Amino acid sequence: MSDPLLSGVGLRKSFGPTTALDGASLDVWPGEVVAVMGPSGSGKSTLLHCLAGIVPPDGGEVTYGGQVLSRMSDGPRSALRRNEFGFVFQFGQLVVELTCVENVALPLRLAGVGRRTAEREARHWLAQLEVDDVAGKRPGEVSGGQGQRVAVARALVTRPRVIFADEPTGALDSLNGERVMRLLVDAANQTGAAVLLVTHEPRVAAYSDREVVVRDGKTRIVDDVPVGFP
Amino acid sequence: MSIGNTLLGLLETGPRHGYDLKRAYDQRFGHDRPLHYGQVYSTLSRLLRNGLVEECGVEAGGGPDRRRYAITGEGVTNLEQWLATPEDPTLYLQNTLYTKVVLALMSDRSAADVLDHQRSAHLRLMRELTRRKSEGDLADELICDHALFHLEADLRWLELTAARLEQLRKRVRV
Repeated sequence: MSDPLLSGVGLRKSFGPTTALDGASLDVWPGEVVAVMGPSGSGKSTLLHCLAGIVPPDGGEVTYGGQVLSRMSDGPRSALRRNEFGFVFQFGQLVVELTCVENVALPLRLAGVGRRTAEREARHWLAQLEVDDVAGKRPGEVSGGQGQRVAVARALVTRPRVIFADEPTGALDSLNGERVMRLLVDAANQTGAAVLLVTHEPRVAAYSDREVVVRDGKTRIVDDVPVGFP
Repeated sequence: MSIGNTLLGLLETGPRHGYDLKRAYDQRFGHDRPLHYGQVYSTLSRLLRNGLVEECGVEAGGGPDRRRYAITGEGVTNLEQWLATPEDPTLYLQNTLYTKVVLALMSDRSAADVLDHQRSAHLRLMRELTRRKSEGDLADELICDHALFHLEADLRWLELTAARLEQLRKRVRV
């Protein structure tokens, strides 16, 4: 069995007196879509933040591609996040002053890619996510569903190896939510990216290859890794 | 589902013979449960007996029964009544899963495992339906969505029950 792409072992994290993670562990293999489920406050978002290097765990270890993420200093960890990871959050978090195409191009611009090339690539992903018609609009001028698809395009534009999606459909109605999920999973399959999907919606989790349940800060692995991933 | 009323609905679009009716039914509503020929002909006999359909000619050609059937005025009234009558919402008060959870708690087995295994089975089926939905047409999508929403309701119950296991344990161990 090959090594997982991303691995968290025995992760512990507290915020003041509140324990968010209490020995959670999770492996993610290249190209798989893993749903992290669990009740509100169970620690699923904290698990995602620790695995993505956004929040350092108090205990345990996060390894990505053989490197111990949780021991990296801020600079290299930020660079890794920028180059290897993509993020989609519940409320898009697009920059309101920029147009949609500029939003999608932003991660490439931050990585030093020229404007023309970055925007060409951004338009490609906007088309993949079926929102090329809003390229010139600002986030305030598009619908919630369109905005979220723009956010997915932004997460994909650097062709990351892992996409972290925290309740990506939480603010959308069923129809738009399903559309976002279908496009996100299709695009990830196309690029070979793994997706770590935090959701409390079973119909959204049904787009995954397997499910991990978080309860009281601990992970319960309820599905086997599908054949072909490890 | 009332097969008789569904056949009446199909006949309302025009007269058909039994084989044609079966094909139309399977295509639109059969999905995992296609009709048997026996069901089609026994249902047609009943509808005929009750005056809801009538024979309107015999088609020449292969096959044992090429009689064509048409819906009658009484059949249309019957169909309209059926369409206008709401279905009884199904109650699930005799739930096997609830029984399993209670028995696991009473015997000090892991009720959380019972719930997790069920949850895994539910989500596996939901994945299968989600895949089928993306590969099928709009009719497939709608029928799969109906099943998905019901499975989702079960999963929400599983989640809620998992969160209340300690409370339930205290009750059942009294």
